[in-house]
Amino acid sequence: MSNSLDVYLILSGILFAIGAFGFLARRNAISMLMSIELMLNAVNLAIVAFAAFGRFGTNQAGVAQGSVIALMVMAVAAAEATVGLAIVIAIYRNKHTPLVDEYDSMRQ
Amino acid sequence: MVRKLIPILVALAVMGAVLGLAALMLIFLGQDWEDALFWILAAVMIGSAFLVVTMRDIIRCGLAMIVCFGALAGIYVLMGAPLIGAAQVIVYIGAISVLVLFAIMLTQTKDAPARLVFQTQAGPAAIAAVIIAVVIALAVTATDWGELTERVRLSTDAMSAALFNDFVFPFEIVSVLLLAAVIGAVFLAKREPGGPS
Repeated sequence: MSNSLDVYLILSGILFAIGAFGFLARRNAISMLMSIELMLNAVNLAIVAFAAFGRFGTNQAGVAQGSVIALMVMAVAAAEATVGLAIVIAIYRNKHTPLVDEYDSMRQ
Repeated sequence: MVRKLIPILVALAVMGAVLGLAALMLIFLGQDWEDALFWILAAVMIGSAFLVVTMRDIIRCGLAMIVCFGALAGIYVLMGAPLIGAAQVIVYIGAISVLVLFAIMLTQTKDAPARLVFQTQAGPAAIAAVIIAVVIALAVTATDWGELTERVRLSTDAMSAALFNDFVFPFEIVSVLLLAAVIGAVFLAKREPGGPS
């Protein structure tokens, strides 16, 4: 059962949906960033599943290619988390709240 | 008090249901341990991800996120990519989660956990998320993925050969990207002298 690609992809889809819900529904900016991390993890799970089941090529080189792509996604996610949290802290310093629905100074 | 416990109870119920299913499969259907371990890790991952987006106390959300990443690292190891699992533990649990927890401690006011957690659009967001999950599941099951090949274990030397031969240019680009991200983060989070405190 765990030896089929479908199960991993559906698991990835569920994780992505949970992340999307968190991003749309939470009020706290850091919660939204955490939800983005969940979504990136879901995408990574799909990439590694495709690689492990030979969709990038059934030999070792194909699996290695998919895994390298997954590592690149992790590095980009780290960069995104760094900049995103820095932006949240910078906004918090001006607005004194982490809640995104109180950031309304650009609404006119 | 009861409202605080509802998401935890729901997640525990989901985890328990999947664990019970795994135990039943293990006992009655003669599945092997790898399957049971996969279901356990999947249940822990989905349950803790659900806790991340629903719990009121954001520090606990961060801790649940660590559990979610750890279970995902276990799934990578089961899938035959232990190096990716190790990178998951180092990058996500070791770096990103700690960064998130630091940011939580820097930005939370005392009354924040007691206030409303969800926006007014939470209901439509939940419906949209369910639709996303269902559509993805339907698309995955309806697609013919060709014939299933045997799973290939990832060997570290093949991966390092790919990383430092074919992908050496993206590798260097990533190093520049990380440097740019660090400089940008320091610039953004820096407190200007004379600016708003």
